[in-house]
Amino acid sequence: MYDVEKIRDDFPILSKKVYGNPLVYLDNAATSQKPRQVIDSLVDYYENYNANVHRGVHTLSMEATDRFEEAREKVARFINSESSDLVVWTRNASESLNLIAYSWGEDNVHEGDEILLTPMEHHSNLVPWQELARRKNAVIKFIPMLENGTLDMDEVDDLITERTVLVSAVHMSNALGTINPVRELGEKAHRQGAKILVDGAQSVPHMPTNVQELDCDFLVFSGHKMLGPTGIGALYVKRDILNTMEPFLTGGEMVLEVSYQEASWADLPMRFEAGTPNIADSIGLGSAVDYLNNLGMENVRTHEKNLTSYALNRFEEADLEGMDLFGPSDPEIRGGVFSFNTVDVHPHDMGTFLDRMGIAVRTGHHCAMPLVRSLGVAATVRASFYLYNTEREVDILVDGVTEALRYFRDGSE
Amino acid sequence: MDQNNIDDIYRDRIILDHCRNPRNTSPIDHFDLVGDAVNPFCGDESHFQIALKGENLIERIQFSGEGCAINMASGSLLSEAVTGLTVKEAGQLAIRFVESMRKPIGENVEGTFIGELSALISVRNFPVRVKCALLAWSALEDAISERK
Repeated sequence: MYDVEKIRDDFPILSKKVYGNPLVYLDNAATSQKPRQVIDSLVDYYENYNANVHRGVHTLSMEATDRFEEAREKVARFINSESSDLVVWTRNASESLNLIAYSWGEDNVHEGDEILLTPMEHHSNLVPWQELARRKNAVIKFIPMLENGTLDMDEVDDLITERTVLVSAVHMSNALGTINPVRELGEKAHRQGAKILVDGAQSVPHMPTNVQELDCDFLVFSGHKMLGPTGIGALYVKRDILNTMEPFLTGGEMVLEVSYQEASWADLPMRFEAGTPNIADSIGLGSAVDYLNNLGMENVRTHEKNLTSYALNRFEEADLEGMDLFGPSDPEIRGGVFSFNTVDVHPHDMGTFLDRMGIAVRTGHHCAMPLVRSLGVAATVRASFYLYNTEREVDILVDGVTEALRYFRDGSE
Repeated sequence: MDQNNIDDIYRDRIILDHCRNPRNTSPIDHFDLVGDAVNPFCGDESHFQIALKGENLIERIQFSGEGCAINMASGSLLSEAVTGLTVKEAGQLAIRFVESMRKPIGENVEGTFIGELSALISVRNFPVRVKCALLAWSALEDAISERK
């Protein structure tokens, strides 16, 4: 039984008040809050077995190494990787993407080759490819987007050509909530011999992820959006690809044998993890994965789907004049992300107004500047839900937006 | 919600009033100075065209802008405040305004500005929004920098 009130008790910050009002935290697409279990796991590491990993013979080092690698196992199982040595620790999804753009891109993208993206990519899955394309004289193409914020899949077959080497797509849009058919994109990419990369920064925290079923070549995601600490993320790569990739950063930890003249590389995945890793936060992410597994990712997805339906209905009922809600209206292909624009109230003013009511939303372009511009606005307001949000909080949001519109538009109270 | 809460920032409705009905927006046929400022992070814009009387006196000013209530109100309030000032006086006002807005919250700057311009002082209670109030003043500085 999914008991949201009981879940909320695990999150110390959710009992905080902002300007005297209970915090309504709706900025989960930016970062999630952390349960006590995750916070405790960090303290436990520093208090009880803080040591460097993979090099000491002493007790603390062995314990730290065990727990560090155990966390990798947990993350690998969480995305159903066939093995934990295909999971590389990074700082976040952005670093994972940069690692791929360099370690794989430098050797596999050549002049005239094509990289196919969607128009709803976060800057992190756009700029590294722009830079790679510039270095290589490669070409970036985009799958067109339909009015309802979904991809025009009819165009994909024509866009993937024999020159296409990579299709890279966000699984769930951080700005629209759209859940893209990445498995189908992968099939189409593979048919032409191209690779498929899935940006799971917004999907891995919110729905079950199975890399074998998705048949993706690369998957990237961040820990801090899925209850984990900041500064830890991960990268999954299929073995036959990861085996051929050169290291991104070099130095300690990632070598097998070093002479004054040259070095050979350690086995997977350490070849890609130069220097002392982020031990504490990897263990913290492992603890976050435990927490999510306890709830069950199917249950998390169901809870958020219900919340999304509820919010869509509430906004439709409220029928707010001059308010445009972006993204698909079908909760089956939409996550709990609500981006909207109001004709008379600038997003910043809306954000400040809602903040005074204790409601935390994001305003701006959400690191998806070209997408937000294509919607014909400079910025939007975004409310994004997670596993601890409630229908009551949706009500507070809808009431807050209604009140803000009245305040700014009419000046009446 | 406690309405006074939000009125802290959109004080006395002066900001809202200026945002809804910005002053000095009619085009000027002939102008001597032009200034622009854009905040690339939020897309807000502020533009001025200034007609001088003689060498130095700001006789007419046109404000145009896009963005949040604070940016629009700031541009409108600025346009009223500098009309009739010399270019040098307007520059001094801009420096004083920017300095005051950037002072720590505890420091009292009430009384620094006369008239409706003082409504913007309340924005200091919202540090992330101070830049919204300053954009118009960057545009003014851009316009008068030609004359320095």
